[in-house]
Amino acid sequence: MSEVVVGSALPTLVIDLTPTFVISTALATRDFTPVHHDTAVARAQGSADIFLNILTTMGLVERYVTDWTGPEAELRGIKVRLGVPAYAGDTLTFSGTVAEASGGEVTVEVTGAVSLGAHATATVRLALPEAA
Amino acid sequence: MTAGTPAGGQESTAGEEAAEPDTHGHLMALADKAIGAGEGPRTPAPDPVNPVMIRHWAEAMGDANPRYAGPDAVAPPAMIQVWTMAGPGGRAARASRTPLDDLLGAFDETGYTGVVATNCEHTYHRHLRPGEHLTAGTRMTDIAGPKRTALGEGYFVTWTVTWYSQDEPVAEMLFRLLKFRPRERPAPREPYPLRPAVNRDTAFFWEGARLGELRVQQCAACGLLRHPPGPVCPSCHSTERAYVVARGEGTVYSYVVHHHPPVPGLETPFAVAVVELPEGVRIVGDVVGCPPSEVSVGMPVRVEFREMDDELTLPMWVPGGES
Repeated sequence: MSEVVVGSALPTLVIDLTPTFVISTALATRDFTPVHHDTAVARAQGSADIFLNILTTMGLVERYVTDWTGPEAELRGIKVRLGVPAYAGDTLTFSGTVAEASGGEVTVEVTGAVSLGAHATATVRLALPEAA
Repeated sequence: MTAGTPAGGQESTAGEEAAEPDTHGHLMALADKAIGAGEGPRTPAPDPVNPVMIRHWAEAMGDANPRYAGPDAVAPPAMIQVWTMAGPGGRAARASRTPLDDLLGAFDETGYTGVVATNCEHTYHRHLRPGEHLTAGTRMTDIAGPKRTALGEGYFVTWTVTWYSQDEPVAEMLFRLLKFRPRERPAPREPYPLRPAVNRDTAFFWEGARLGELRVQQCAACGLLRHPPGPVCPSCHSTERAYVVARGEGTVYSYVVHHHPPVPGLETPFAVAVVELPEGVRIVGDVVGCPPSEVSVGMPVRVEFREMDDELTLPMWVPGGES
């Protein structure tokens, strides 16, 4: 990856939230709550559709940042503030900015946005071994 | 920010159900108990960290990180919670109720039935490798409330899960959710049975009524006021339209008292008047606020806006001007 400079932006990642994506990630995270795979149950509870589960949101934030760093990054932590639901049929767009970088320790601010607004506002801390 | 009320002496009795402070005290006592209980029993992961679940997870996420594949694979750090997720049986399948379960149950029983997760924070101490057997221990750490939120009044409840490999803590998760009383929406009113014909020519008038304005159409070309509204100025034939807001006072120019037949939504007899406005137009409306027998030609009236249902506001006329 290129040099890590505070203020530089990460390339955006756009994820098409198909029902298949919402359901397969819910099951891959062993989350069997019906609102993540059963449209009728989700709607009966007042939701527009099935929606992404939190374990997947965490996984996607991780993927977004490590897609950018490459596999050598060591993740220290991910803090997510949860916002609006990410419904099936919507699009989830990740954007990010390097907030801090010193001695190989990097902090990235990430936003995952859907049509309703911010789905996840995240701070990711990681270490890059060979970065100065 | 922590549970404020000590548990001692706060045992509320069934006879005091109406008092809100007792609900708060009850919830806080349970919260103190849950926080005081510390970390609950460690729940073992059903399976050790394994490459099959890692591959399934990475495929579903679309994560092509090569570290998650091959003989030296590590588990994706963000996958930590997956290892100890209960199966389709969910939490009911868990062995015993914890004080935190009791607290969450008490929220539901006292009307705080809504739930929304607000924060999820992971801390990773090291990578996990296939073959490691994990356990997870949960402790409640904080309660804050009652707070007024956009969703309704509620409490923020925070707990921390620690995952262990043998006795070594390998990751933590802070999880915060809001338990709230869903906002009660007033039941929609029965729609008023008589509805005006609203179209592009007249919509401004009815929008004005909802805002408490008596709007009179005005030709945007020559300035002539006209009522009822229409598409074309009868004087200069312009279709450019505007409006002015009338003062809302006038005099009865003419009226009828309707006795029969019955009209849905109205009680007979009722008076309907043509009211002459000082602005120079006449407008039809019900006269209310006095018996129909007291209505007379020349009587000063002023407009009053009445909400007939959730959508319709009608301008009506009551006795008295220059108020």
